[in-house]
Amino acid sequence: MADAVIVVALLLVAGSATAAVAVRDPVRQALVLAVLGVALAVLFTVLQAPDVALSQLAVGSVLTPLLLLLTVRKVKRRGQRKGREQ
Amino acid sequence: MNRRTRLWLVAAGGGGLAVLLVAACLELPAFGGASHPYGDRAVRASLSRHTANTIASVNFDQRAYDTLGEMTILFAAVLGCVVLLRQTRDEHRARPEPEEVAPPVRRYALVVLPVALLTGLYVIAHGQLSPGGGFQGGVVAATALHLLYLGADYRALERIRPVGRYEVGDAVAASAYVITGLACLIGGTAFLANTVLPYGTFNTLSSGGTVPLLNAAIGMEVACAVVVLLARFLDQAVEIEEESGK
Repeated sequence: MADAVIVVALLLVAGSATAAVAVRDPVRQALVLAVLGVALAVLFTVLQAPDVALSQLAVGSVLTPLLLLLTVRKVKRRGQRKGREQ
Repeated sequence: MNRRTRLWLVAAGGGGLAVLLVAACLELPAFGGASHPYGDRAVRASLSRHTANTIASVNFDQRAYDTLGEMTILFAAVLGCVVLLRQTRDEHRARPEPEEVAPPVRRYALVVLPVALLTGLYVIAHGQLSPGGGFQGGVVAATALHLLYLGADYRALERIRPVGRYEVGDAVAASAYVITGLACLIGGTAFLANTVLPYGTFNTLSSGGTVPLLNAAIGMEVACAVVVLLARFLDQAVEIEEESGK
């Protein structure tokens, strides 16, 4: 039973990680990265590492996507300004 | 060096690394076995010092020096961010206009904010007892504050988040960790050795000697560092604009 749960969690991680690489738009990539963070947190919990799971949840699925989204916004804003001036 | 030699060099280095990694993996114990030599010793050491969460004992007692290094990495990274993302001479600040927030979003953000903040503080405070600790709780508490940006607007966030004070808090917390370590050196045996304070009653908030102190210092350091980091990114994304005509 425990092994089955571990296999499912591993498949979830592999699936979402592949999706994160396959998606090319940075905004969507940030969201998929958040999903990957949750999948990794589930995997760590199943493997009896709740401390690491908490870190993963806080950093991997909240902080990193947030920083990515803010960076994308900054870059897009700069592009729009340049477009207006031309 | 021409292209061919470079390719050979990379192939030799990569091949050697691959062989060594495979050889090392073949010697690993099987997945999910019953023998955990390191785990058994870590649990014994943590119980002997009345620390209920073995991970906290490993982080803040047995390997407190490692944690000092990790904290310094975060501190240096945030410092680098503050320097890189400062407002340069050809940029100016444009006050962002307050925008309408959809009522369900506002309600959700304002209900979840205190809950998330309290959860973060709880996770920091109980780091030596249950899963979690300064690092995890610090990130949760710091990101929880930013729900105010979702629920209200950027100005409301700026009001409860004076960045200067958080920068000071970051530095104070980092030095608190080092000072606790020095106190261990002066009053006890070695730098960051957990021998100065009484170990207390097992599974209470004050148990574990210096573990709760170091845990709290890390919690404050991480929370302040994340707030400063997000503030710099938000500044760039929302406020700072390049001067036109450049």
